[in-house]
Amino acid sequence: MIYLDNAATTRTAPEVVEAMLPYFSEQYGNPSSIYGLGAQSKKAVTAAREKIAAALGAKPEEIYFTAGGSESDNWALKTAAEAYAGKGKHIITTGIEHHAILHTCEYLEKKGYEITYLGVDKEGLVDLEELEKAIRPDTILISVMFANNEIGTIEPIGKIGEIAKARGILFHTDAVQAFGQVPVNVDEMHIDMLSASGHKLNGPKGVGFLYIRTGVKIRSFVHGGAQERSRRAGTENVPGIVGLGAAVERAVSTMEERAGKESALRDYLIGRVEKEIPYCWLNGSRIRRLPNNANFSFLYIEGESMLIMLDMKGICASSGSACTSGSLDPSHVLLAIGLKHEEAHGSLRLTLSEETTKEEIDTVVEELKAIVQRLRDMSPLYADFLKAGK
Amino acid sequence: MYSEKVMDHFQNPRNVGEIENASGVGTVGNAKCGDIMRMFLDIDEDGVIREAKFKTFGCGAAVATSSMATELVKGKTIQEALQITNRAVMEALDGLPPVKVHCSLLAEEAIHAALWDYAEKNHIQIEGLEKPKADISEGEEEEY
Repeated sequence: MIYLDNAATTRTAPEVVEAMLPYFSEQYGNPSSIYGLGAQSKKAVTAAREKIAAALGAKPEEIYFTAGGSESDNWALKTAAEAYAGKGKHIITTGIEHHAILHTCEYLEKKGYEITYLGVDKEGLVDLEELEKAIRPDTILISVMFANNEIGTIEPIGKIGEIAKARGILFHTDAVQAFGQVPVNVDEMHIDMLSASGHKLNGPKGVGFLYIRTGVKIRSFVHGGAQERSRRAGTENVPGIVGLGAAVERAVSTMEERAGKESALRDYLIGRVEKEIPYCWLNGSRIRRLPNNANFSFLYIEGESMLIMLDMKGICASSGSACTSGSLDPSHVLLAIGLKHEEAHGSLRLTLSEETTKEEIDTVVEELKAIVQRLRDMSPLYADFLKAGK
Repeated sequence: MYSEKVMDHFQNPRNVGEIENASGVGTVGNAKCGDIMRMFLDIDEDGVIREAKFKTFGCGAAVATSSMATELVKGKTIQEALQITNRAVMEALDGLPPVKVHCSLLAEEAIHAALWDYAEKNHIQIEGLEKPKADISEGEEEEY
């Protein structure tokens, strides 16, 4: 099997699993308990919190554990909207956010909030001037993703943070795809809230965190016990949190090396595909791009067919076609960067990991060439194109 | 998510290709929704479908329903071909996931579109055949 869907999820690193195991068995104490067994669990949770805070340049008490990226996004947006409603009911985000943000915004619209969805250029980048213009006296929150999950575009987060700070507006970023892949510093980038997830950085599924800067008056999301400074009640997912801490520590210490290796292989992949497969292009930015992301559009063919054929060859990938989104519309991200529907239907995302090899990339390119040709031979659009060219 | 039959017809689609000077050609669906089917029929003087071929842009289910539809119409009279419903195509494929039912509708429509083209070319009326709804050019007009 060749796994090139690391933006969907990653393999849990062996040392992460190792770190978690005791907390499933002998170290089962509740961190809130007073005796030794509980205290050991509490110590483990605290250690994980410290590791994550260090990775972000934050304070440990600013890290709140959650069940993952979607919960963090929901928490940040819903309770910030509630807490700052006295100031206003206007929120600014982008049209290329993850559905955890977009569907939360739709919910808030129903609750009487007004949302501005910023457009992006053809590379997927937010226009800072457009952002400045969108700010109003009643704007309470700006939420822009750190890096896009489909096309890998890295947004100018530091600059957006500066603008938000200068205008006295809360700034949240969904860093689920970026954290652990590129450097993130909440002070340098003026980030007030940040969502992240464990399983995107070789950690376990079902655990993530929300960073909330001290002084931000955000409210409890889950009411109950005093866990997470009474803001997110419920007995801690101790094994998950320990795994998350281990994964973050590992991701940060290997970041430079991984990014160098992955981006070199990614560029090799992009180069071969662009050179050897006609009528295709790279989606997203060539420069401001996650080190492991490649996203192509192949004209005249449809993504799901490509995915099934790749799967039959043991290659795991993903697509922005409608058939993979569960609706009739293809990816909102690809449409937002100006692709036509049929160009978005024919998209393919390949996301590498540190384990990806050059041999694997070569195999994928060879298989892809054959698959694209096979589907084009079946496609009436390709037939029309060839006829028109004659 | 797909039945073995669907996977078989996707991996080894029957009757892929075009028929030169076909008796009837029908194209349905549009690129916007991600599915386009083009069906070619060769119909003899007795009104029997001798040959059927297709080209399809679309997902696994779109390819499989096209393949199955061409298999089902071959050897049928025009009236028999008209009786082939999307349900028949689905049943022949051992079912489709709910989100893919529209692919079978497209296959039914592709048969109708090809027969409509045949009728127009020959200036005849086929009883029970209505002008097909989904047309590729209609879809494109909407978009631009």
